[in-house]
Amino acid sequence: MHTKQFLIAGVALLAASSMAIAGPKPAGGTVSGKVTYEGTPAKMKPIDMSKEPSCAKMYTTPPLAQNVETGAGNSLEDVVVYISAGAPDEPAPSTAAVFTQKGCRYIPHVLAFQVNQEFKIVNEDQTSHNIHPLPKLNREWNKSQPPGTPPITEKYDKAEFIPVKCNVHPWMHGNFAVMKNSHYAITGDGGAFTLANLPPGKYTVTAWQESYGDQSQDVTISGSETKTITFTFKAKPY
Amino acid sequence: MGKLLGVVLVIIALASAYPIIKNQYPLPEDISTHGHLIDEQLHDTMLEAGVSFVGAQLVLAFFVWSFTGRKEGSKLKNFPGGARVLVIFAFVIVGIEVLALGAFGQKAWASVYFTPASADALQVQAQAEQFAFYFRYAGPDGKFGQIHPEKIDEGNQNYFGLDPENDVAARDDIVSGELVVPVNREVHLMMHGKDVGHSFFVRELRIQQDFVPGLDLAVHFTATKIGKYEIVCTQLCGLGHYNMKAYLNVMSQADYDTWFKQQSAQ
Repeated sequence: MHTKQFLIAGVALLAASSMAIAGPKPAGGTVSGKVTYEGTPAKMKPIDMSKEPSCAKMYTTPPLAQNVETGAGNSLEDVVVYISAGAPDEPAPSTAAVFTQKGCRYIPHVLAFQVNQEFKIVNEDQTSHNIHPLPKLNREWNKSQPPGTPPITEKYDKAEFIPVKCNVHPWMHGNFAVMKNSHYAITGDGGAFTLANLPPGKYTVTAWQESYGDQSQDVTISGSETKTITFTFKAKPY
Repeated sequence: MGKLLGVVLVIIALASAYPIIKNQYPLPEDISTHGHLIDEQLHDTMLEAGVSFVGAQLVLAFFVWSFTGRKEGSKLKNFPGGARVLVIFAFVIVGIEVLALGAFGQKAWASVYFTPASADALQVQAQAEQFAFYFRYAGPDGKFGQIHPEKIDEGNQNYFGLDPENDVAARDDIVSGELVVPVNREVHLMMHGKDVGHSFFVRELRIQQDFVPGLDLAVHFTATKIGKYEIVCTQLCGLGHYNMKAYLNVMSQADYDTWFKQQSAQ
């Protein structure tokens, strides 16, 4: 009888402690907002994939280049918004980020992950790819990946924005954003972003767009308040 | 046994000549105005080489047949004048053969390389790079923009390094992954290699020309049949060489005009 009680108490204790670990972090402040542009952005050109029929047939109309992705209300998508100063570096999470080659394009166009976090490169196409990220601070490599081969797993040990190309298909282009901490977001539809769970403090928030460069704003968070900021990039037609 | 080898040699020679004589491996369709000259040259070369091959095999078989089972100590007959005369004779024969092929072939060669394209030929720039071909048209203004290698940005579809910001002529240039040409119109293809050696080969056009980095080369041709033909790279250029191809799309003038308008609008 004593043993049974002891066991129940033990299990309860374990459950309680695991809940404490896995449970929601203490709520902090939030920075949210929108990334927009002013001016006329360059017209994105359609991608001619005629040399790779297995990819070309996946599109009814040729897809457009994604170097500048605009949305309703002058919003900018695929912009990386992150805390560039004020937050401590964080250890990498154990989950892997996934970068997929599908239809001879990179999905997502911008993939963000942390320093030393693993990311997987998947080839879903019927053709061989040779992924070639072009880092300046990290070690450079390129890897061939024939159709049906397992994902390639890699990681980077320095924070950096890295353009990615395919050595077989010249039009393929994407980006890696290697982050120092977990406070980052990539703008989606409408150019919106949210950086949550920020402890009180003074932060520099930076927005990075591959063609337009970056912009920063300082934000001070106290308590669990939500601060709203807007980044506006100057768009050029060419 | 020796006589049997002679018979086998005759069988091999005649059996290998048979499919050629019966034209069992015909050339692919010819869709160019100069192609028949190339085909005639190929035909002449095959005829000359074929006759020489069959003749040599038959002579070999004859000697094997005649001199097999020779008795010990029997006298050998020599070629009159000895081996030196025989070698000189062979050199002269082969030399005449090769020179004759060159003389007969100069017309085909000259029609492609020594005759300039006509002034109203459609001007297209072809760029070969690992591992794709790109083709540039001057656009509605009829002027090519300048190219700036440092401005090449493939991820942004700028394969030629155009500078539309500062160069108005570059703004309407059409860049295509497919070589689209109107039927029965001469095309002047200005060839430019971006990285390593490549080659432009369209078998139906009877054109095969290397891209050499640092050299601007040109070919001209007139396609005479509407259709889609494969352009392949025939110089080993790296890991993606096997996959380096594009299409030649020969259209009617009306279809070409529509295509050109569509491309200009993009």
